[in-house]
Amino acid sequence: MTADYRLMWTNLGLDLNAHDALLAVLGKAYQEIYLSQKNRPDAMGYFDFVMSEVHGLRIKELLDEKAAGRKIIGSYCVFVPEEIVLAANATLVGLCSGADFATENVEKLLPRNTCALIKSSFGFKVGKVCPYLESADMIVGENTCDGKKKAYETLGHLVKNLYVMDLPQVKSEQGKALLRAEYGRFKAAVEKLTSATVTPESLKKAILTVNAKRAAIHRLSSLRKADPTPISGLDALLANQVFFYDNPARFTESVNKLCDELEKRVKDKTGVFPEKTPRILVSGCPQAVPNWKLPLIVETSGAVIVGEESCVGERGTRNLTDESGETIEEMMEDIVDRYFQVDCAIFTPNPDRLNHIEEMVKAFKADGVIHYGLQFCQPYLMESIPVEKALEEKGIPCLRIETDYSMEDVGQLKTRVEAFIEQLR
Amino acid sequence: MGKQFTGIDIGSRTIKLVVVDEKGEIVLSLQTDTSFDPIFEAKKLLNGVHCDGIIATGYGRNLFEIAFDAPTVTEIKAHAIGARALFPDARTVLDIGGQDSKAIALFEDGRVRKFEMNDRCAAGTGKFLEIMARTLGFTIEDFGREALLAETDLNISSMCTVFAESEVTSLIAKGENRREIARGLHASVIRRAAGMIQRVANGGDIVFTGGVAKNTCMQKMLSEKLGRNVLVAADPQQVGALGAALLVAKKMNIIR
Repeated sequence: MTADYRLMWTNLGLDLNAHDALLAVLGKAYQEIYLSQKNRPDAMGYFDFVMSEVHGLRIKELLDEKAAGRKIIGSYCVFVPEEIVLAANATLVGLCSGADFATENVEKLLPRNTCALIKSSFGFKVGKVCPYLESADMIVGENTCDGKKKAYETLGHLVKNLYVMDLPQVKSEQGKALLRAEYGRFKAAVEKLTSATVTPESLKKAILTVNAKRAAIHRLSSLRKADPTPISGLDALLANQVFFYDNPARFTESVNKLCDELEKRVKDKTGVFPEKTPRILVSGCPQAVPNWKLPLIVETSGAVIVGEESCVGERGTRNLTDESGETIEEMMEDIVDRYFQVDCAIFTPNPDRLNHIEEMVKAFKADGVIHYGLQFCQPYLMESIPVEKALEEKGIPCLRIETDYSMEDVGQLKTRVEAFIEQLR
Repeated sequence: MGKQFTGIDIGSRTIKLVVVDEKGEIVLSLQTDTSFDPIFEAKKLLNGVHCDGIIATGYGRNLFEIAFDAPTVTEIKAHAIGARALFPDARTVLDIGGQDSKAIALFEDGRVRKFEMNDRCAAGTGKFLEIMARTLGFTIEDFGREALLAETDLNISSMCTVFAESEVTSLIAKGENRREIARGLHASVIRRAAGMIQRVANGGDIVFTGGVAKNTCMQKMLSEKLGRNVLVAADPQQVGALGAALLVAKKMNIIR
């Protein structure tokens, strides 16, 4: 990366030494994990470029947007509605939370037995290594799990403009009313931040933009149903991860271009792995950049991942927002309807998720499910047991794993994953 | 001379090698310490061994795969195959090795149905017993036998090797009988193993494999705890290597 970026990072207040170290590790990991894959689609070149510039060019773009009067809003969760953000002349970015950083300092602020994702989000802040976080004019925390909602109380002292969104935990009329009220409050807060007013036109346009992005991901997912699968799980996960960072229109175009190539592959019956390679559905906690630990283990052990039942994956992108609304009230209600369907494990009970897992197993012709749980993530770990039981009753093999971002359990995990794959053959 | 097939099990503490003939009968069975250079030790063990195919298993299998360009199988499948060869009706296998333990449930045809494995630390494994034996001044060979001589077992609440060791030290300081402490330690490992077994399979005989299966106190307590028959091979430590050797023969369509 060029020297311009160093000045940009300094101005953002990053710790350049720590940031250099992070980029060096990331670059090496990307090389080893991504670029060493065989039979990659050519169109993944775009995502390689995005990743190589993830702290460079993309940040420059965001700063240019800011200079032109737009605001940047950072988020940690798929419940933060991008439609409202875009409609109010702001850009939404997902914030870094997929790697351990500055763990010792984080553990001065959070208990040790906090999940890796929350610790990571703090690590990027206290380590001063996330340019997205430092570019953001507003950071949205959301009351999902207990870990996150209590952590935001502390995060509020570390960042300038933390906005906390409350979320329902039950799919009832009252729950929906809460979401409706919270989205209304959020809309007002974003409008205040940007001094822009959400209009029927801007909201309509935003709904179409975000839907197009989701539709492109749906197209990508659907191509993974083919055997041989035309794209690796690692690459498909990357596209789902970049979903949270990239310019929406450009992302949509790039994913569609990738899909054009994959369609050709499916027609020619060419894939990344041979036909009949065991197919795995990953279900559970989100895998944020650069958390590629599980797919790397799976896809170097003789299986392929065909879907992610995850926030970074189907759970985050499953439904489109109804596009028929004309007034702001109608469209806001459509947005509430759309997000209220997200089957996050903070909801109780949460039967939709189990149904979705079973649907996905069928649709993607998965031979087995790996339930991915982050250590100390109570909601997903709790659900993993009934999920495993229900799948077993249907004769679908399931492996429950519980891990974090460290590498100390890789050998152990590899043995378990390999044994699971042997089971599927 | 007919064809011969080799399985090598590179464990955390020992390397095991088994050679079988075309009937699947064991013709050679060797063992050595893993040391700090497992590949060097494996080479030594393989020196002069005639074989027409080899599969590696154990935690060092990937090292072996790179060094010898040989295929691998996980310990889980290897122990399942080995256990079934020795006990054809087995549906449950418990393997406790040097640094991990696994409970494996099998389908009627012998395929792995489900398994559980201990988490990242050495709690409840051979290493745990080894350290505790040393703390109590027993050799690992005598540990089980001595524990069986105790009339009761003292409760050891900690499963963590580090905490259990200090717990044991304080029991010694209190003047408690060391055989009873030993028996308590065995009981705590069994509680953990029994929990794993119950999560994968209820009922039926259990084939107990791995180095810890040689411990007579463990055998007895496991059977008592679960009220199930415990079957142990003549050399339970070699079962994984045997399974890998049989898998070679199966893959070459020599045996079924």
